[in-house]
Amino acid sequence: MTDLLPLIVAKYNYWLYVILMMIGLYAMIAKNNLIKKLVGMNIFQTAIILFYVSIGYKVDATLPIIQGAHGGQGAAIQAADYINPLPHVLMLTAIVVSVATFGVAMALAVRIYQRYQTLEEDELRMRLSE
Amino acid sequence: MLWIDLIVLTFVIFCAIAAITVKDLLATAILFGAYSFMMCLLWAVMGAVDVAFTEASVGAGVSTVFFVAAVFRTSRRTKD
Repeated sequence: MTDLLPLIVAKYNYWLYVILMMIGLYAMIAKNNLIKKLVGMNIFQTAIILFYVSIGYKVDATLPIIQGAHGGQGAAIQAADYINPLPHVLMLTAIVVSVATFGVAMALAVRIYQRYQTLEEDELRMRLSE
Repeated sequence: MLWIDLIVLTFVIFCAIAAITVKDLLATAILFGAYSFMMCLLWAVMGAVDVAFTEASVGAGVSTVFFVAAVFRTSRRTKD
């Protein structure tokens, strides 16, 4: 037990991301309103994006722009001095994709409301089984 | 550094819980915008400035506009 606690504290951000992800999963499964389900989906996505960006973080590192690139005394570049930009670029794409998904899902929800006058899942099921 | 990260992350989790529990969809929209801005802050802290810019414009801006537009075209009422 005494060994486990420092391990949990050292990776506190991962645990909090998992909590966030589980909030999103709960909202997707248990909430009755379609818009609430969409919010849950978005929370889930942002939790995963947070996880990926935090992988690229380094302590005592700076932004991934080479220092003194134009003043050139030819010093060697240390990878440990710069935050890894690869997860940032991948997650930039993921954010744009997630907002596109959100927009399409909202449009579908509006169409469903126009047709059935409700956004609640149980009422929709009742209406569909009639 | 660690404390900013921890405080903002706590705010993010509170905003997420509030956004899915509140019983008014317009309030959900606003809380979701707050959630996105907290997320943007978190990315700026982690050094992902490009991601922070994108989140502030796309996540907090455009998605909140979509959300409010969809809520005005449907209903604010929700049962849970």
